[in-house]
Amino acid sequence: MQRDYILRDVQKALGRSQGQGITPVPPVRIVIPDVPVSQRIDTMLERVAALAGKTLRAKSMDEAREYVASVIEGKTAVTSNAPFLRECRITELPGVRSGVTDREELRRLCATSNYGITSADFALSDTGSLVMISSREEARLVSLLPPAHIAVVPASKLLTGLDELFSILPRPAEQTSSMVLITGPSRTADIEQILVRGVHGPGEIHVVVVEGV
Amino acid sequence: MSVAFDEKIHQTLANDKLQLAIYTSTARLIDHRKKSLTGQLPDFEDLRTHANAIKKHTIENLDYYLEELERNVIAHGGKVVWCRDGQQVADFVLSLAKERGAKLIVKSKSMTTEEIDFNERLEHHHLESVETDLGEYILQLKHERPYHIVAPALHLTRYDVANLFEKELGAPNDTVIENQTMLARKVLRDKFLHADIGVSGANFLVADSGAVVLVENEGNARLTTSAPKIHIAVAGVEKLIPRAQDLATFLKLLGRSATGQPLTVYTSFLSGPRRESEIDGPEEFYLVLLDNGRTRVLANEEKRQALNCIRCGACLNHCPVYRKIGGHSFPWVYSGPIGAIITPQFMGIQHEAGLPFASSLCGACAEVCPVKIDIPKLLLDLREDVVKARTEEASNQLERLTFQMFAFAMSHPRLYRMAGKMAGKFAPDQPWLRHAPALEMLPPVKRWMSQRDLPSPAKKSFRDLWKERKG
Repeated sequence: MQRDYILRDVQKALGRSQGQGITPVPPVRIVIPDVPVSQRIDTMLERVAALAGKTLRAKSMDEAREYVASVIEGKTAVTSNAPFLRECRITELPGVRSGVTDREELRRLCATSNYGITSADFALSDTGSLVMISSREEARLVSLLPPAHIAVVPASKLLTGLDELFSILPRPAEQTSSMVLITGPSRTADIEQILVRGVHGPGEIHVVVVEGV
Repeated sequence: MSVAFDEKIHQTLANDKLQLAIYTSTARLIDHRKKSLTGQLPDFEDLRTHANAIKKHTIENLDYYLEELERNVIAHGGKVVWCRDGQQVADFVLSLAKERGAKLIVKSKSMTTEEIDFNERLEHHHLESVETDLGEYILQLKHERPYHIVAPALHLTRYDVANLFEKELGAPNDTVIENQTMLARKVLRDKFLHADIGVSGANFLVADSGAVVLVENEGNARLTTSAPKIHIAVAGVEKLIPRAQDLATFLKLLGRSATGQPLTVYTSFLSGPRRESEIDGPEEFYLVLLDNGRTRVLANEEKRQALNCIRCGACLNHCPVYRKIGGHSFPWVYSGPIGAIITPQFMGIQHEAGLPFASSLCGACAEVCPVKIDIPKLLLDLREDVVKARTEEASNQLERLTFQMFAFAMSHPRLYRMAGKMAGKFAPDQPWLRHAPALEMLPPVKRWMSQRDLPSPAKKSFRDLWKERKG
């Protein structure tokens, strides 16, 4: 069996034996700065804007809904099943399909809608990243197949950065098969190092942070 | 240095257009990296030191972490397939494709699959495997290897791409990069939605999670791992890190070192197939763990640090040699300083003996390496290996020549008689000949004599005695 041959070769080369313990592991390096929520929101939105994302610091869920309504006016959109989108009543907007749990139907909708609307499980302010954890509430394709992505995130979900994320979620695999960090719109620079957005994922991204929730 | 290596270098140096393309692209990457570090990441040096310590520890205990990884992949519903080489990877994919009736594979960028000619191996069996990273897609249409670890089509201009898309896709000759990109999006989107299998590489394998981490900007890796029913990740055994929490270190280094991004657009942390509660994602997940020469590298304590590499490409961008001779001059898929140290180690130094010498040893590579691989030191060690192998080969040649002369004398009676007579005359029963210092110093004779005694020649040969007594 290849497995045993390869493992045996590895052990032989390292001078180790089957079942041998390990040398001391370097400690985990996690450094979490102390940043107030308001500043996290500012940094988050600055970062997203620097990546050509559109941003809104919404005072209320109503303001968030109105913004989304103005963006998708006259277009089609599909939402994830995140409860926060229902709370904001974004799911009730005209042109919006929501509550889809059938895989094939969702895939068809995502492939044909103009906008995919999600919330986010977390956001990392120092890089402007959305953290999407695949679940019943957040499918993978809503933030991936449509040409534009709108994320509406409660301010309480804003973390400082990667270190804080991995301190809250030391083992993401325990709860999901897929955790994706999204930092700005899809892009490529493969031809002459010239930046082009929207090559495979959404070329347009909107991040709305809702204060007070 | 081989003739092919030499020739490609000279072709690249003589090509002004190519020189400009390499120079400007690497300059942009250098600039992006610098901007993302200056004043942005004060603990950069600390992170490098820490990343080095983690990789060193992981490689030194690799078998332990491989077993831990395997247990966790299985625990999350995935399967692990161990492969010695590219043939075994192809055999596995082909048999799985046959079982599932799969016809179309979408692939995201992976140097490991480049290393084993993945697409070509499947093509022979009528299984279509499409590269979906824009640069890789262009190269697949052009039947070329990546020019750079991170920017695979770095050597091509918009005009090259326009001609290529016209010829291969029947598209109008359009030199606007945005339009070219959108055309590729359209063609490849259709492939994504119809593909049976998605094949990705892995930037990291996380032992405590059984997870594959993929870092990208385009979204093609997300599509590859989310749209088809089957996801196969192909990764070298050295890609391991112990804990998900170590990503807090490595992700900060990788994006900045590669393209100057604090984080790339998408970072996917994937473990196993879709969970029951999830709406979408693959139904099956396979992790292919590839050896392909890596276990050989492990044996040498110093040189095994080459396996720390996280493939950011910074050493290529900063290398004055790479920036002149380009990626295709290098004999294998890995180019630049990192290519010069892993190619001879994975493939054997005879693969291109000139490689470790293709460096000015300026040290820029070691200075920018995010995991602190001492590339100049390894280049020197490998030069030593090459010289040793050459001396050995040269002495083998001398030995062959000596025995050729001996065989010639043995098969020519007159010459043999003459030699015998001379030996009898000059050295009858002389024991000194057995340990003649002059002879022992000649490398080929020395080696021969270390195992054998040279018989002293008789005063009279058997031939002479026969003549005397009979006559």
